[in-house]
Amino acid sequence: MAGMARELRLRRVGDGGLLVELDSLEQVIGLTRALADARPGGVIDVIPAARTLLVRFEPEEVSRTMVGQWLSTASRQDADDDRVSDTVEVPVRYDGADLAEVARLTGLTAPQVVGLHSGAIYTVAFCGFSPGFAYLSGSPAALRVPRRSSPRTKVPAGAVALAGEFTGVYPRESPGGWQLIGHTDLVTFDLEKNPPALLTPGTLVRFIEATG
Amino acid sequence: MTVISPGPLSTVQDLGRPGFGYLGVGRSGAADRRSLRLANHIVGNDKSAAAIEMTLGRLRARFERDAVLALSGAPCEFRIDGAPGRMNTATKLLAGQELRVGAPSTGLRTYLAVQGGIDVPPVLGSRATDTLAHLGPQKLSAGMVLPLGLATGPTSEVDPPADLEAEPVLTVIAGPRDDWFTPGALLTLCAATWSVTVDADRIGVRLAGPVLSRSRTAELPSEPMVTGAVQVPPSGQPIIFLADHPVTGGYPVVAVITGADTDLAGQLRPGQHLRFRLSPGDSGDALDLRGP
Repeated sequence: MAGMARELRLRRVGDGGLLVELDSLEQVIGLTRALADARPGGVIDVIPAARTLLVRFEPEEVSRTMVGQWLSTASRQDADDDRVSDTVEVPVRYDGADLAEVARLTGLTAPQVVGLHSGAIYTVAFCGFSPGFAYLSGSPAALRVPRRSSPRTKVPAGAVALAGEFTGVYPRESPGGWQLIGHTDLVTFDLEKNPPALLTPGTLVRFIEATG
Repeated sequence: MTVISPGPLSTVQDLGRPGFGYLGVGRSGAADRRSLRLANHIVGNDKSAAAIEMTLGRLRARFERDAVLALSGAPCEFRIDGAPGRMNTATKLLAGQELRVGAPSTGLRTYLAVQGGIDVPPVLGSRATDTLAHLGPQKLSAGMVLPLGLATGPTSEVDPPADLEAEPVLTVIAGPRDDWFTPGALLTLCAATWSVTVDADRIGVRLAGPVLSRSRTAELPSEPMVTGAVQVPPSGQPIIFLADHPVTGGYPVVAVITGADTDLAGQLRPGQHLRFRLSPGDSGDALDLRGP
């Protein structure tokens, strides 16, 4: 895959984990995709993050060396760019409490913010923070804004927000420090579904402006 | 069984929900898995059965049908309608009898396994209460009725497990971010005596002791965390992550407690002291303490 380091940088995480260090979010997404197909027995979890990916394994069932070799082989695979991935469309009402502030920070008008945000195609890089909270990469450079200086204690479920290189949807009410630009009625975490998260790593996402 | 009083904190726990980390869902489950397994084994349950994890004991409950139970983990006195019971022993109760558990003399968490298991509906394959992500059953409260499953296997007699040590030594493996600290930090971690602060729950245990200083001050992009990780926030005072830890974290992890010793971390109680030692043969990835 493009830009993948030839030698993987691996770090031990206790006796049942290996952390891969990567240079960019794109590399994380690429390796996550390459690891999706065949997992050696004993691998419990493959958890991507911003610049790293963790493999958790049962040391009684699979050796660290074997996990390392699996990672190394996957990292040399060419990116499967032709893979057909459905794009999840997220209808958004751009009425977030911080929309005006985001416009001020970016020097854009609110409609320009909306146009840029809904004009891009995003990829779920990883999940974290709370169950089903997806960090979406692909934000237009003009929309990169800092987190709020003072986080909110309550962000409503469905809030669509921005911070740094990411955008995302709060799956349920929680504290949060991202800039809120809108909200969606789409349920992004549902325990009755398998998988329970709608936005899983590697998924392509578009935001569609909802009106009325 | 009907909860009369839950004590300071009682939750339903099993071996957790592994494999959902990629969706931002942590493993959760018993903070001391070995003691949970032991209690389940004694009453003849499958190892995946759910039991009750008491924090500092003091659960009171009435059984609405005949039952067989066992308590393992932090040693507590307990009585069944006034008659004292023994830890790590299959104990019969008759319908209508009341279990009353005292506070543990050492350790923090005691497991109550009931033959058949606590049969609340599973969430993502587990009955564990994740106190951080708010997944799984509610924590126990007065008046709550917990369904019991059907008995599966025969009870077992076991040798009593070793007593919990007053000052345990937890084995760690260096890294993944030991190189973000000054060269002496890992030595300090393993040489110092640490005390457990009151800031100790199922998510993590904050320790107090010497400051572990960082050599790199850059912000660490959030990376995946594991149970047993010794994470060091800017204060330099480490936090041991337990079962309900966040899936990702933004502070560097200097070392990770081995799988065998994370159960001991789940028994650390505020005020107690502990030490760390580097796993024999662990050269670390970035720092070789054995020399050339």
